[in-house]
Amino acid sequence: MNRGMSIIVRTATRLVYALILVFGFYVIMHGHLTPGGGFQGGAVVASGFALVLVALGTAGLKGVLNRHLLQSLEEVGALAFLGLAFAGVGTAFFYNLLANSGSIFGATDPSALASGGLLPLMNWAVGLKVMTGIASILIVMIIGARKEAVE
Amino acid sequence: MKRALTVAGFLLVAAFLVVAATTIRPFGEPSHTEMDDYFLSNCQTEVVANNVVTAVVFDYRGFDTLGEATVLFAAVVGVLALFRTVREDER
Repeated sequence: MNRGMSIIVRTATRLVYALILVFGFYVIMHGHLTPGGGFQGGAVVASGFALVLVALGTAGLKGVLNRHLLQSLEEVGALAFLGLAFAGVGTAFFYNLLANSGSIFGATDPSALASGGLLPLMNWAVGLKVMTGIASILIVMIIGARKEAVE
Repeated sequence: MKRALTVAGFLLVAAFLVVAATTIRPFGEPSHTEMDDYFLSNCQTEVVANNVVTAVVFDYRGFDTLGEATVLFAAVVGVLALFRTVREDER
């Protein structure tokens, strides 16, 4: 279990992993234009992390998939979302003060990537929160399951 | 007695389902469309987003999404507390 699965699965994982991450980040980035959004894209990225954890075993826990880093990033995402919600509190909670403003993310063309005001930023905050939250749940559960198997 | 109660309950639920099925509104004809029409016609000018679902989730009803994010946060904290590592000398 420590070494992960067979060499076929490990090689295929290394090939597909980057594509899954790119697709997940694409879904988050275009959340205000195409179907999807922060939650969905974050879940896709977390499924990529799950694939690495299952296929590579504990070797996949090196680098970015560090439990403490992921937990910190989850809190960063949650605080960013709350901060963006409070950004327009002068008018109302969750007021979208960047939409139609003409400045950053304020394009008036609804098909432009930099449109939607606070929506892309909130998508990124929620996406970061979902991907790191689900990844830390998976890591902790996999470590716990392995400990049970050893004992 | 128990059997009679079971049969009575079954008949009651079946009658309710039959009544509901005969009086249901036709598919695709909701009784209130004011909110839907407002979102569909004003989403591109107010929020400047082509994805109406994202506009509703993050702008018109952002408070719901905040609760959703809180639920996920609570789930993560609960799982971390459940699987926390306790050293031998602390037991």
